[in-house]
Amino acid sequence: MTTDTTTPQEATEGPPPRMSTPPSPKRRSWTGLWFVLPFTAVYALFLVWPTVLGLYYSFTDKSLTGRPVSWVGWENWAETFGDERAWDALWNTAVFTLYSTPPLVILAIVFALLVNRARKMGWFLRMAFFAPFVIPVSVVTMIWIWMYQPDGGLINHYLQMLGVQSAETPTLWLQDEGRAMWSVVITTVWWTIGFNFLLFLAALQTIPKDVYEASAIDGANSWQQLWRITLPLLKRTTALVIVLQLIASLRIFDQMYLMTGGGPNRTTEVAIHYIYIAGFEGYRIGYASALSYVLFVLILIVSIVQFRLFSRKED
Amino acid sequence: MTSNPSPPGPVSRRTLLSIPAAAAGIGLAGCGSLTDSLSGKTQVRQWNLLAGADGAVMTEMHERFAAEHPDIELQATTFGWGTPFYTRLVMGASGGNAANIATIHVSRLKSLSPETLLSPIEIDEIVEAGLDPGDFPPDVWDKCFHEDRLYCIPIDTHALVNYYNRTICEQAGVLTPDRTLMETHGVEEYFDLLRAVKDVTGTYGTSLDTFAGWRQFWAWYRQQDGEWIFHEDDFELDDDKALAAIEPLYRMAEEGLCPTISDGGQTAANFENGAAGLVQVGNWEIVRFRAFSEAEGFDFSMAEMPDFYGNRRTQGDSHGYVLPYQNSWDPAVRKATVQYAAWMLKHSFDWGAGGGHTPAYLPVTESEEYQSLEPNAEYSGVVDNVQFDPEVWFAGSAARIYDEVGAVLQQVYALAMTPEEALALIKERAHALLALPNPVD
Repeated sequence: MTTDTTTPQEATEGPPPRMSTPPSPKRRSWTGLWFVLPFTAVYALFLVWPTVLGLYYSFTDKSLTGRPVSWVGWENWAETFGDERAWDALWNTAVFTLYSTPPLVILAIVFALLVNRARKMGWFLRMAFFAPFVIPVSVVTMIWIWMYQPDGGLINHYLQMLGVQSAETPTLWLQDEGRAMWSVVITTVWWTIGFNFLLFLAALQTIPKDVYEASAIDGANSWQQLWRITLPLLKRTTALVIVLQLIASLRIFDQMYLMTGGGPNRTTEVAIHYIYIAGFEGYRIGYASALSYVLFVLILIVSIVQFRLFSRKED
Repeated sequence: MTSNPSPPGPVSRRTLLSIPAAAAGIGLAGCGSLTDSLSGKTQVRQWNLLAGADGAVMTEMHERFAAEHPDIELQATTFGWGTPFYTRLVMGASGGNAANIATIHVSRLKSLSPETLLSPIEIDEIVEAGLDPGDFPPDVWDKCFHEDRLYCIPIDTHALVNYYNRTICEQAGVLTPDRTLMETHGVEEYFDLLRAVKDVTGTYGTSLDTFAGWRQFWAWYRQQDGEWIFHEDDFELDDDKALAAIEPLYRMAEEGLCPTISDGGQTAANFENGAAGLVQVGNWEIVRFRAFSEAEGFDFSMAEMPDFYGNRRTQGDSHGYVLPYQNSWDPAVRKATVQYAAWMLKHSFDWGAGGGHTPAYLPVTESEEYQSLEPNAEYSGVVDNVQFDPEVWFAGSAARIYDEVGAVLQQVYALAMTPEEALALIKERAHALLALPNPVD
């Protein structure tokens, strides 16, 4: 009996000091730590540690061949800034980003708007636009390489059937300096648009119906509703999609490596591909680390500028 | 970028075809590896780059080896040919956890930094396994040494050859009475032959891999005794001879005698579907064409590279076995590994008959059985005519100069670059490679 009465008393007295005294949150964080530990350990081992190690390697002549490592100071960094091929590769990455980001954002909004209006076939359209995103990159590139084949590829076949192209001079897609980049952009848009599309669609569905009803009563037509209501309310999602898309595009490697191998004549050799060449083909882990850091810093700058721009707009 | 089996980076039809072969290799490895290693079998892990049609032949040989050696568990894994394979080999070996044995191109030996990434092979070891240093062609054998230590056991010699479709070539009137391809001398005679064949096919004279131009370039450069010697910060390349080796590529494509663009898969397909009466690819494609012949009744044979400049030299290389550096070698595994290599060499008749390669193991090549093998006998001269790539750390099969020159020559085939522009660019790229710090010296 006595225990019964004392415990509630403690309990009622307990909470107020718990809120004010600092030791108790500490006790709580110990249990929480166990939940985040698996992730933290993997994160530290495979992300933080390599990042730190990479920074260290960038000041050494670390080689894949396992020869003794020596400190070279800023040598790798100096070489990076004078390396024309590295800058060309960075430029190609920028070009890819500039080509791929607008369609990946704008088309995603357009598709999301269309699907959001569809009544009957909505589920099918959602699946159709998102499905390519599920396919692994190796399969996507293989399918598109076949479609882009100059002789007997699907695209040229239909262009020839429509009489747009003569069979004598088939269009070179992946092998032409002017078209290779665009060809990969088209593949990338087809492949990854589903993700942005889904984000926009989800955002559209959170816009309350009564806003549209109210505006309709005030006499707004659907065009005005789109520009004055839908797009402004999608602003946050658009900002997020643009940032995610820029980062994804700046990290381009897989499609280029698999579809063009950096060709023709290095016109599609992107930054990560050059890092791969320097590190794994040239065995120069030190130099490749310095190159990686240059790319890392550039992506960081782009992201910060992005966030600044958008947060200012929101204010 | 790559071309032996897989064309530049892009995943070709051939890579797709090779997946069953790779899967078979992995499947073999997957035969209850855990239970087997618990049951006391010696495990030998092998990595190979034979993602082409010859990989299927190796897998068949592995099955026989496994059947004959119940005490050894062979785990063979096939990686994508070229850079993807070498990258894995170098990374695995630098961590000391690569496979016990791996196939490489002998021309790549020095680029693999033998002192740090490979394990030297003792002569006693291979003698114990039943091999003898005298069983190998001396010129190939010598290439397997680095600083007087043996690092590689040669498996074969392979080279660029000319396949021809007998039916088409007969119609074109370019076969001799005994139904072999007419011998030509000089570029013009060969171009006339191609023109005659093109008249029959209506599309091309010959098919070839426009992404792997290095092979043709080096063959025709070497036919003129051209040398490419690399020094500390400069190289010697004969401009006139190099141009004479590049010009035929441009003219061939310009006249439509060969495709302007064709990757590995399409190169073979052009030949099979009759768009071209000849195809100039490596002898390893024989597996594919033979299978096609059996399925579709396709009458083909093989000849050496055409003589453009007074001889029939061709670009080629050798496959070899290396033992990647290991953190620790279990003596039983090491013994089983060498035993495996020896068995594969002694049974390399199948490698020659099936894979089209000329075995390096002389007791096999000199056997009567091998000498009478067709069509291998028709291109047997290839072994004496094989020209290895220049001696520098970035040369060799699928190495950087091979990729760089191939990428430039692809533009020549595509008629996007004149031979003069291409040569200037090749030299510029070679200088850039030379300027890189040498990682292996």
